[in-house]
Amino acid sequence: MAGIPCTAEAKPDAAVVRDALGVGVAVGLSGFAFGVTAAGAGLTLPQTCALSLLVFTGASQFALVGALAAGGNPYTAAAGAFFLGVRNAFYGLRLSQLLSLPRALRPLAAQWVIDETTAVTLAQPTRRAARIGFTVTGLTLYVLWNLTTLGGALGAEALGDTDAWGLDAASPAVFLALLAPMLKTTTERVTAALAVLLALGLLPVLPAGVPVLLSASAAPLVLFLGGRRRRGPDATAGGPENTRESR
Amino acid sequence: MNVWIAIALTAAGCYLAKLLGLLVPAGLLERPLVQRLAALLPVALLAALTAQQTFGDGQQVGLDARAAGLAAAALALVLRAPFLVVVGAAVAVTAAVRALA
Repeated sequence: MAGIPCTAEAKPDAAVVRDALGVGVAVGLSGFAFGVTAAGAGLTLPQTCALSLLVFTGASQFALVGALAAGGNPYTAAAGAFFLGVRNAFYGLRLSQLLSLPRALRPLAAQWVIDETTAVTLAQPTRRAARIGFTVTGLTLYVLWNLTTLGGALGAEALGDTDAWGLDAASPAVFLALLAPMLKTTTERVTAALAVLLALGLLPVLPAGVPVLLSASAAPLVLFLGGRRRRGPDATAGGPENTRESR
Repeated sequence: MNVWIAIALTAAGCYLAKLLGLLVPAGLLERPLVQRLAALLPVALLAALTAQQTFGDGQQVGLDARAAGLAAAALALVLRAPFLVVVGAAVAVTAAVRALA
């Protein structure tokens, strides 16, 4: 499998497939947590499965279900989920350069443009490896995520009170696990802290779903204040906190 | 019905966001400010969601078994545990604290 006629740093196809399968299986299995959470939040089986089939970006799915369970109206709930999904547009931008897909394939490939496929694809040294990585991760994740969502939703009925099993902690733990690798510099940490303060501070006074939306303003706020600080007397061009690589 | 509206809007919005990245010419979204905002927005949202789903109960803020579960998840993250172990630790500790309470 090793003899790919490519650049010096070509990676064997089998190694790419192994990496991709590892990520795809690990994350795909957490669809159980989503299925259980969605069912516990009162969504029907078709609704739960439709989310995994059609939305297919975990953080948005958990956010939507959480907002609906908390009594948020469908528009606020969808807005929060959508804002979380916006990052995928920026992943797509990087991926379209790396994969250089034919135009006809792009609408199909788009559904798989998410955190995990991007992480695997960006880690590959060649275009061939990137394409294999993207395809294998995307396919594994899509199939497993949907099967485990179904399993989780069916299992939740058998479990009865999902809170007694601690399953209401699955969703925030997923968010925390996604968030942790993003907290690279002070900019991200300050943004996260400010967002937490806004979300918890506004929770008692605003309708469900709205505090999370408003806490998103921590991002432009921190950028604005950081920009002002850098334009101060000892400003240096660029600054050390370039967040380009932190997705 | 409300749930289906939310699902349809989320599905359409999230799909279009994914497709947009693959279709637009690179230069359009490559402005540094736009890129940095796009990188920071999920940080703010994920932090807010983590906090609210750990400490929120309806419109109240308080401490319960979930906080212990999330502390376990944070510890697992510090120890570089795999994704599933992180989520599993949160679930198991939350359930254990509830069972003991």
